Amino acid sequence: MAIDVRIPTILRPYTKDQKSVQATGSNLGALIADLDLTYAGIGERLLEDGALRRFINVYINDEDVRFLGGLDSQLKDGDSVTILPAVAGG
Amino acid sequence: MLEISREFVDAILAQSRVEYPDECCGVILGAAGSGKATRLKPMINAAHSPTFYEFDSKDLLALYREIDDNDEEIVVIYHSHTETEARPSRTDIAYASEPEAHYVLVSTREEIAPATEFRSFRIIEGVVSEEEVSITE
Repeated sequence: MAIDVRIPTILRPYTKDQKSVQATGSNLGALIADLDLTYAGIGERLLEDGALRRFINVYINDEDVRFLGGLDSQLKDGDSVTILPAVAGG
Repeated sequence: MLEISREFVDAILAQSRVEYPDECCGVILGAAGSGKATRLKPMINAAHSPTFYEFDSKDLLALYREIDDNDEEIVVIYHSHTETEARPSRTDIAYASEPEAHYVLVSTREEIAPATEFRSFRIIEGVVSEEEVSITE
């Protein structure tokens, strides 16, 4: 099951500058684990203490995964995942 | 160096005063690869806070989709500081994630009114460097 994952600029050093990569997983947690196998280190940029980092937004299709179940959000073939760091500050 | 039109500078400063006491925020877009700030896009501060700003998560996705569709890039990311100097705070540095962007800060702090502060920085891997701002009339 291949899922298209859009990678933000700041994480492209992990993906050899690719804007979009393929990964597999039946839910978001599994997908991130799979991404980290291929692109070592990217998992740590997305997760902290086993949860998504507060200032990393992840979307499945058009929905923010915070409203879908976070790392447990289900994925199906043909879904598209977009990772975007929050634009935020103090 | 950041080159920016007087019109955009005035619009950002006006927005910062309208949204005071909350911080205001937004971006200026330009054609991909051009580095030219040509399209001002004010954003909503979803944090509605005098000490924090954050683009709403849906707005953020819509913004990046729009940029992709129009073959644009984010040239400037701006926000206001309400009571402090117009330079990146520790949180600004921690969350800065667009190494190609000019981070513009303005301040509405009272002690300098009616003067204005409008400054631009690069924030790359936690390192801040201020740059010159050239305003075109």
